[in-house]
Amino acid sequence: MSENRLGIAKTYKLYVGGAFPRSESGRSYPVNDSKGKFLANAAQASRKDAREAVVAARKAFPKWSGATAYNRGQVLYRVAELMEGRREQFVTEVAASEGVQTRRAQSLVDSAIDRWVWYAGWTDKIATVLGAANPVAGPYFSFTVPEPTGVVAVFAPQESSLLGLVSVVAPVIASGNTAVVVTSKERPLPSITLSEVLATSDVPGGVVNILTGSAVELAPWLASHADVNALDLTGAPTILRAELERAAAGTVKRVLRAPSAEPDWTKQPDISRLRAYLESKTVWHPLGV
Amino acid sequence: MTTWDYAPAPESRDIANLKPSYRMFVDGKFVEGTGEPLKSVNPATEEVLAEVSTASPSDVDTAVKAARRAYDKVWGRMPGAERAKYIFRIARMIAERGRELAVLESLDNGKPIKESRDTDIPTASAHFFYHAGWADKLDYAGYGPSPRPLGVTGQVIPWNFPLLMAAWKIAPALACGNTVVLKPAETTPLTALVLAEIIQQADLPPGVVNIIPGAGGIGAELVNHPQVDKVAFTGSTEVGKLIQGSLAGTGKKLTLELGGKAANIVFDDAPLDQAVEGIVNGIFFNQGHVCCAGSRLLVQESIADELLEKLRTRVSTLRVGDPLDKNTDVGAINSSEQLAKIRELTQAGEDEGAERWTSPCSLPDKGFFFAPTVFSNVSQAMRIAREEIFGPVLSVLTFRTPEEAVAKANNTPYGLSAGIWTEKGSRILYMADRMRAGVVWANTFNRFDPTAPFGGYQESGFGREGGRAGLEAYLDV
Amino acid sequence: MATPTTARSGEGLPPELADATRDETTLRRFLHGLPGVDQVGVEQRAAGLATRSIKKASKLQAIDMAIAMVDLTTLEGADTPGKVRSLCAKARRPDPERPDVPQVAAVCVYPDLVATAVEALRGTPIGVASVATAFPSGRAAREVKLADVKQAVAAGASEVDMVIDRGAFLSGRYGLLFDEIQAVKAACGDAHLKVILETGELVTYDNVRRASWLALLAGGDFIKTSTGKVSPAATLPVTHVMLQAVHDWHKATGQLRGVKPAGGIRDTKTAVRYLVAVNEVAGPRWLDPKLFRFGASSLLNDLLMQRRTQLEGHYSGPDYVTVD
Repeated sequence: MSENRLGIAKTYKLYVGGAFPRSESGRSYPVNDSKGKFLANAAQASRKDAREAVVAARKAFPKWSGATAYNRGQVLYRVAELMEGRREQFVTEVAASEGVQTRRAQSLVDSAIDRWVWYAGWTDKIATVLGAANPVAGPYFSFTVPEPTGVVAVFAPQESSLLGLVSVVAPVIASGNTAVVVTSKERPLPSITLSEVLATSDVPGGVVNILTGSAVELAPWLASHADVNALDLTGAPTILRAELERAAAGTVKRVLRAPSAEPDWTKQPDISRLRAYLESKTVWHPLGV
Repeated sequence: MTTWDYAPAPESRDIANLKPSYRMFVDGKFVEGTGEPLKSVNPATEEVLAEVSTASPSDVDTAVKAARRAYDKVWGRMPGAERAKYIFRIARMIAERGRELAVLESLDNGKPIKESRDTDIPTASAHFFYHAGWADKLDYAGYGPSPRPLGVTGQVIPWNFPLLMAAWKIAPALACGNTVVLKPAETTPLTALVLAEIIQQADLPPGVVNIIPGAGGIGAELVNHPQVDKVAFTGSTEVGKLIQGSLAGTGKKLTLELGGKAANIVFDDAPLDQAVEGIVNGIFFNQGHVCCAGSRLLVQESIADELLEKLRTRVSTLRVGDPLDKNTDVGAINSSEQLAKIRELTQAGEDEGAERWTSPCSLPDKGFFFAPTVFSNVSQAMRIAREEIFGPVLSVLTFRTPEEAVAKANNTPYGLSAGIWTEKGSRILYMADRMRAGVVWANTFNRFDPTAPFGGYQESGFGREGGRAGLEAYLDV
Repeated sequence: MATPTTARSGEGLPPELADATRDETTLRRFLHGLPGVDQVGVEQRAAGLATRSIKKASKLQAIDMAIAMVDLTTLEGADTPGKVRSLCAKARRPDPERPDVPQVAAVCVYPDLVATAVEALRGTPIGVASVATAFPSGRAAREVKLADVKQAVAAGASEVDMVIDRGAFLSGRYGLLFDEIQAVKAACGDAHLKVILETGELVTYDNVRRASWLALLAGGDFIKTSTGKVSPAATLPVTHVMLQAVHDWHKATGQLRGVKPAGGIRDTKTAVRYLVAVNEVAGPRWLDPKLFRFGASSLLNDLLMQRRTQLEGHYSGPDYVTVD
């Protein structure tokens, strides 16, 4: 009977503020597998969807950045737990999207899960590693602590549909930032499944917002948006990068530049992606009776 | 006037899944020890909870050799990211079995269920969670690239926070890539053996963690075993000195977390009501069985009377009794020996002329209980101002100036912790600067967190537990 | 002070408190000399006490105590005599099927509905409380506020819940506020005065402590957290600070003053936590409707439902208590 059964196809939507809306524009676009076979329609986010996503990310920022580092670590680890439970689904989608063999897809999914664990461990250590007690020459106690910068617009890698995505999103939120993510245009399906994981994990709505669609269309709006604090250009269109950096200068956004070719995401990361979205705050206080 | 007595709200002891007997955990298996079995007693009722097999010297040897094999063959060469996953599992499983562990801890130790439930068990889980994250990040810990583990660690822990101390010891050792032989305290071995069960369920390779109950002699066997590379001890200063002496010349790395006689210093501009809470928490938390307890209250003379009155009023509301009752604030003293020691020292306090005030609370008929006690008019020369009582007994001294407070606070061979109460920020930092103590709490007391290093100056020991500094003890650096 | 002609009520107070009310400067010095409140400390203490487990007979006792402490309140623009009469019926007999349920302490309404409430409660010991002084904002001229109070008292209110001028407090015009509370107290005559601090607008616990002492010095019989129109309304730590204030006031003067948390206390579990705080912070003496009230509307029905659960041994449902 199961062989004759017609499957139920999933509707892939955006993920904004913890909800799954269609694009306000009503647009969608066909997503094919690596061999050109139709997989699904994905929502094609508009500039207004991007605007809503920034609003959601900003609204989520105070609570998420104010949560204890321990709590954020637990939440990120929970994402890994839930991804592990959907491992087969991710393997299927990654294999279809990226055109890789099942074994390779499994390895990519496993690395993506482990990456959440790596960043989960960083939440309550980054301040220890990057912070400092400053031995100033005077009767003061001075210390420096890292703090999240705010709302980060992330252009996810175009090729690595899941591992690359996780590798750019996890460090943004690990330190307490919130994210508006524009996913790979051609390979968006794993990102929406990831958003379903995020929605059912303990990540508060609005901390990660995922937009499928065209980075070319959305990037200028996000790069110039005055309520965005930082940009990750990793998956941004190469020809637009200089222009996006210029737009970012309008509100002095922090910009994480990207190498011309997509990096090897299977390599163990360092903490540069954590540092990219951190401010340093130095506090002085006198000592005396 | 209305009186409103809270009905007893006991946690069910069935939740503890208490077994009639417990065995030691060696090389991944629960085995009978060949030492004389011990009986673990519920200090609140004096009834025997369970029989526990103990290690003999040859069992110590077996355990150390198992740990050595596990280190050489598996754990010492496993990638950090994989070690991390095991440790994360342990953290999660402790949290999952939190209620069971809390009830068992309160049965075995005598501490109030609200403390085991809200402090001991969650903090134990948090320690594993935190250190799990370090396992694949040791390059960032500040000890140079690719720091190496030490090998086999021999760890001996006390009875005041049985599971939590096991977590403080085991988690960093594993994260850094060492294997462990741990001896829990003679009077409180049960939760450590449930932790062994969790470690087994978490599929840790056999021999990575071994838990061997026994008395002090077995602890000595363990720390002196030639194949133990690192020794970590938490307990009395007296035993700490013996261990340090016996390891002399062996080259073994050693960390000690020993006794204390902390000063809790209250200035006249302190937030008084919260200072009272902090003083109460400082000395009556866990029946005062806390090495960093704020056992000496140093109060500025100008507010001494007001503060003492507030303090007595507050202490009178502490509910002493059945540790399993969710409304109990102060539970049972852990053993009759400890109770005798507390009685002896409080008698000395009276004999030496301090003014004794005892909470008018009622005490249970059975079990080892001691009513919260405050001594005022205490001077530095008295035994109750110098010796660690390790019980719910506070000694109150006064001071006039910050310099005098500093001098009195530091006037002890110990140096584990200190408390400072003032609303003036610069004074907090001035005082913190001058305290010869490993932990200084300002406008709070008895705060513990896996990210914050803990440990002492002077005769309170050396080495730190928690935070980046705590990793040093378990790395060959 | 703003109106130096107003009589000072230093009488019966110990010298240091009487001295505090001498003039604006001494009042400021006194209030700013009160020990600070450490936010983390008081919140931890409140959270710690909130874990008390109240079961069985002690819970039933708590429920009945809480019912007897309710100021059953309706303060809506849409209030009508009909609504107030139905509330009064509920106050007289909270659970029609169970006559042993205690009556509530008072019914609390706007001044223009006091007469209706007085009529509906005639012959019962239930008080009629009226909010006054341009509730909830307190933004009106002194004469208007006093007229508000006098009208309520003339209509038969036995209790007046005034709001303080938070603007005056936050800008440090303590003398003005002191005078205003005293003037309202005088206008109350025999009616009891509850002083609403609106702690949600005072924000810091230091302010709550200062405003509490100011209200007590000026003669308030009760200090009350909130109007219910500002968020946050009553919270446990704020109530802790206020309970500590009446406790300390009693130590200093021998006088007993009350506390009324209002707004946001909707269920039995929360009410019991407040009672635990009353019992352990102020002391068992305050477990008395003369000294502790709940300003609430929906709380009563939850108390009634939980009371049934306790007595009947199974959970009850909202259809078994009356909607009023």
